[in-house]
Amino acid sequence: MKDEDIVERIQKNPKFMQFVKMRNNYSIVLSILMMIAYYGYILLIAFDKKFLATKISDGAVTSIGIPLGIGVLVFTIIITAVYVRRANSEFDATKDEIIREASK
Amino acid sequence: MIKAKHILGGLAALTVAGVALAAGADLGQAQKQEVNVMAIVMFAIFVGATLWITKWAASKTKTAADFYTAGGGITGFQNGLAIAGDYMSAASFLGISALVFGSGFDGLIFSIGWLVGWPVITFLMAERLRNLGKFTFADVAGYRFDAGPIRTFAACGSLVVVAFYLIAQMVGAGQLIKLLFGIDYLYAEILVGVIMMTYVLFGGMTATTWVQIIKACMLLTGATFMALAVMFQFGFSPEAMFKRAVEVHAKKDAIMSPGALINDPISAISVGMALMFGTAGLPHILMRFFTVPSAKEARKSVGWATTWIGYFYILTFIIGFGAITNLIPNPADYFVNGDIAKGLKGGGNMAAVHLAKAVGGDIFMGFISAVAFATILAVVAGLTLSGASAVSHDLYASVWRHGNVDSATELRVSKITTVFLGIFAVAVGIVFEKQNVAFMVMLAFAVACSANFPVLFMSVLWKDCTTKGAVAGGTVGLISSVALTVLSPAVWEASFGNPKGSALYPYASSAIFSMTAAFAVIWIVSLLDRSAQAAKERALFPAQLVRSETGVGASGASGH
Repeated sequence: MKDEDIVERIQKNPKFMQFVKMRNNYSIVLSILMMIAYYGYILLIAFDKKFLATKISDGAVTSIGIPLGIGVLVFTIIITAVYVRRANSEFDATKDEIIREASK
Repeated sequence: MIKAKHILGGLAALTVAGVALAAGADLGQAQKQEVNVMAIVMFAIFVGATLWITKWAASKTKTAADFYTAGGGITGFQNGLAIAGDYMSAASFLGISALVFGSGFDGLIFSIGWLVGWPVITFLMAERLRNLGKFTFADVAGYRFDAGPIRTFAACGSLVVVAFYLIAQMVGAGQLIKLLFGIDYLYAEILVGVIMMTYVLFGGMTATTWVQIIKACMLLTGATFMALAVMFQFGFSPEAMFKRAVEVHAKKDAIMSPGALINDPISAISVGMALMFGTAGLPHILMRFFTVPSAKEARKSVGWATTWIGYFYILTFIIGFGAITNLIPNPADYFVNGDIAKGLKGGGNMAAVHLAKAVGGDIFMGFISAVAFATILAVVAGLTLSGASAVSHDLYASVWRHGNVDSATELRVSKITTVFLGIFAVAVGIVFEKQNVAFMVMLAFAVACSANFPVLFMSVLWKDCTTKGAVAGGTVGLISSVALTVLSPAVWEASFGNPKGSALYPYASSAIFSMTAAFAVIWIVSLLDRSAQAAKERALFPAQLVRSETGVGASGASGH
């Protein structure tokens, strides 16, 4: 079957729009989480430097801002991995299913 | 000393013919250092190995598709390393560790900013780019838009970003080589230009990718070793390391808290936007998504790239603190005249290099210096390749010849463009030698997030977007980002030397206004666009959506 026909049949399949909507929502939620983590940290620096300079415990040198900052870096890596994992398994399976239905 | 110079002369003559070793006067911002034999030997090995790979790559580079995208045959893991290689520039390695060395905590803020763009690319762009594009990011916007205007705009956006980035890299290369190897600035420029052109001309994307992969592995290995060596000194206790750093650092406990880097929230958000969305508009990064065979591999690429880059930034933070605890207690070895107040020998950016010597001796320092040089070489090659593809694929093949051009001719045009870009790179490197070019990278990010990213984003995700809207909005973004950046304090006052307070635009980055303006103009002009062409473009959206979301009809690995 030609690609154009498959494209047309996919367009008409309600599952396709549902799939796109679901995945877009997921992407948007994760993007917002990322922005909250990052801009939250930046705004904390802009507005409350004192909090970030607080020591993690009495007598310690390490300030709260350092584990928090490293935490944002690690969060960034993890949230990316979470998306890639789900997209490469679950989303791709749904997508392949939709393509299969249209190619019949 | 004299004997050493003789040995050096022989070695250097073997390494690169024509490199003068004459110790000249200080030519620029960086002081020329003594010739560093170990670094030159290590670098010669790197160049030898990569040229051998280029020879192998040349045998595989026959068509335009091979040249632009390595035939789409790179795996996700390899591409992830190559993207990380593109992104972990010498500036981020030496610059961030120097920032940590100088003010501790503030270095971390920068690292975070440079990383947070990657999830956004992953969630919103990577897969769609792969499914819609072929060789350049203009292919993505050009899927349903009028080829002439949209590709002309995209090529301009790419070339402007590439030019600013190239200037920063070439000047940085010259200063760094003078510093690390003790080679004259002029020769350093020519050396970078010639080696880079060899990679791109003969090996195209295959060679450029492998140069990036090798360099990324070297950089990650070297940085890991340094960070482990530092942590070992403190029994793997960060608290012990910070404690020692606070004891010896002149700023004392202030290095544990945010300093003056971020003061007004508008600048903070604006810089954050430029870094977050600018990454998704850099042509040499976007181009990398077309080298993998499928959307799945494209996602794996960004997953790996984010992991490596994030890991690397954590290492640079440790390296910066390692430099504080290792270098400051031994001022005689690492500081000008043994005086801490006079700064590090060779300038502030040398913190990581001096630390390399402190923990691994001369051989390891030579290795790290060679890695820093290799880094610039690889990034410059990637930039040149993306500039060449914008000219040959977008301007020449699509706009000028309306797609009626065979692969061989397009390939020839890319190679000619590569030569021109190589000469351009060397020329701007020489012209800007004595300028402060630190803002050029910021300018590249401002343009990338205000011109390229909005056009790409809206054309892919918004059904009502039209050619007129995209071109108008993108142009507004491009002009306003350049204008506002030039009028900002960092450029107007610090670089052009105008009096303090005379800058018309008070914030650190243009993004918050220029990127918003670009989106607003795209939206308004598209909505007002009632032409027949616009109707045709909107009608094509459903088909584009299917392709961008499922990959049906996307150009495959062999079907380029």
